[in-house]
Amino acid sequence: MAGLVRRRARRQRVLRWVIVTVLSIVFLLPLVALLEFTTRGPGGTLTWDTWRELFDFQQLSETYPVLWTGMKASFWLVLLSVALTLVLLVPTVVWVRLRLPRLRRLVEFVCLLPLTIPAIVLVVGLAPVYAWVVYFVGGSSLTLTFAYTILALPFAYRAIDTGLSAIDVRTLAEAARSLGAGWATVMWRVVLPNIRSAVLSAAFLTVALVLGEFTIASLLNRDNVQVAINQLGKSSATISFAVSLAALVLAFVLLFLLSFAGGKRRRSRRERTTS
Amino acid sequence: MTTTTAVSTGVAVRLENVSRRFGDLQALDGLDLDMSPGELVALLGPSGCGKTTALRILAGLEDADSGRILVGGKDIANVPVNRRDMGMVFQAYSLFPHLTAVENVEFGLRLRRQSAAARRRRARDMLDLVGIGTHADHYPQQLSGGQQQRVALARALAIQPQVLLLDEPLSALDAKVRIQLRDEIRRIQLEVGTTTLFVTHDQEEALALADRVGVMRAGRLEQIGSPEDIYRSPATGFVAEFVGLSNRFAGHVKDGGVEVLDTRLPLMNPGAVSSGPATALVRPESVEVTADPAGAGRVVAVSFLGPLSRVTVTLPDDTLVVAQVSSARLADLPPGTAVRVTLLPVPVVVSAA
Repeated sequence: MAGLVRRRARRQRVLRWVIVTVLSIVFLLPLVALLEFTTRGPGGTLTWDTWRELFDFQQLSETYPVLWTGMKASFWLVLLSVALTLVLLVPTVVWVRLRLPRLRRLVEFVCLLPLTIPAIVLVVGLAPVYAWVVYFVGGSSLTLTFAYTILALPFAYRAIDTGLSAIDVRTLAEAARSLGAGWATVMWRVVLPNIRSAVLSAAFLTVALVLGEFTIASLLNRDNVQVAINQLGKSSATISFAVSLAALVLAFVLLFLLSFAGGKRRRSRRERTTS
Repeated sequence: MTTTTAVSTGVAVRLENVSRRFGDLQALDGLDLDMSPGELVALLGPSGCGKTTALRILAGLEDADSGRILVGGKDIANVPVNRRDMGMVFQAYSLFPHLTAVENVEFGLRLRRQSAAARRRRARDMLDLVGIGTHADHYPQQLSGGQQQRVALARALAIQPQVLLLDEPLSALDAKVRIQLRDEIRRIQLEVGTTTLFVTHDQEEALALADRVGVMRAGRLEQIGSPEDIYRSPATGFVAEFVGLSNRFAGHVKDGGVEVLDTRLPLMNPGAVSSGPATALVRPESVEVTADPAGAGRVVAVSFLGPLSRVTVTLPDDTLVVAQVSSARLADLPPGTAVRVTLLPVPVVVSAA
């Protein structure tokens, strides 16, 4: 009996490792191939020149101005999109939960809508809107923030809504109000600290999305890092592949940090419980 | 404020003709309620009777459609929740999960811009007052339900509220903790002297705790009075049935009395039925059962409740009667025993049959 259980446990462990290994190969192989390609020197030698070039921003901006512009634009787009998404979404979702619970389904539907519309269709709709955006705020690439905020809505909404479901927002808000807190204090001191990891995951998902977006930027003739990679891919392949790899790794690291941040919080809670 | 035992003189609270409607439901229908300074009033009633709505309107969490709310003589209808200065304890656990017990208690003091040292001292004092000082640095999820409600009470009292509002604070707790905490709420309330409104659907809780109990029905006060008044002299059939256990007997009203089981009982509410058939509501402690082989009743069930027990008897017309007897007599009254049922001649409430 014990032997059977042990045998089954071993079989499951083996199966687990097989799955992990196969998946790792599937995911890592392209990355390794990218790395290999970007470090391939003349005559098949190993060289890190491309990577040195990539992280020497001074030289990079002179050699590949397109790439430099795209990277700068993407950097600001990330910051602005995260800020706009959170500033719009967090108070809205909290408010709907507290005061307009009947609108919840509608807000959820609206927020999930962008997921169901192909990017290409979205662009067809966005083009005339952007004619007005250009008219009012100019044609800078940073105006993509608006489009990216819409794209990020489904992911950010899900993350924040899940976070809010874990706490009794209504009672907590009423308790804080009865103790003398205004709405701003309720938001800042009571709601936000309790959905911190949800807000963090909404932010990270938005970052990952903005770093990887190509279609809309390209079709609206704006610059971002993906558009630059695409342009450079024709002239200097190695540097564009290096940037792709760096962007991918950055997104992975962020997502890792995200699960790590959530996990650490839970673990520290448990430690306190046993103390 | 150096000690927590200093008695603050509570303020008077007055609800005048307050009404509130939610869609088709008339939650409050011209409610009038007067609370003296330092008094603990319990609002008692079945769910949907408007008791919680009354408390939430007083707190400012709901708006009244009409009527006036006076605290210390001032109309506070236009004062928002966060400026009403009312401490509140909720039915659901409402401690802020990211703060420790002592930080939770400090929350309201911090908003009142007290210095860190002063608020920490006050918070610790309040936690000691509710008997949970040793758990000051625990997070809510490390505390039991009863402990969480103690902290919530400390948090509500820390701000020295004008009025303390307790919205079924005990109903999520198990029976033993409930009774313990109930007694302590009373002790603390007497100590700090804050005018308190307590909402509950548990009649035992209301009777044990309150200076006065208001029984609510369909958005109005059916009766308000001391726990003893409510229990001994219920004004209506609804109060008699909702508070305490009552037997319903078919009887006949005549000349200011009611004939039930060949006994003539005086009327508590002579106006309700002037004459003719009526239902008389009789408390179990007014029913006597005696083992008698010639008796018309038969014991069908016995429940042991400590020094006193309840015996359920069925009569020939299938009426079930619950009687309260001393547990010492249970040996004579096993199920199946033939018994004679008599009623003590105490005043009873009647309602139209």
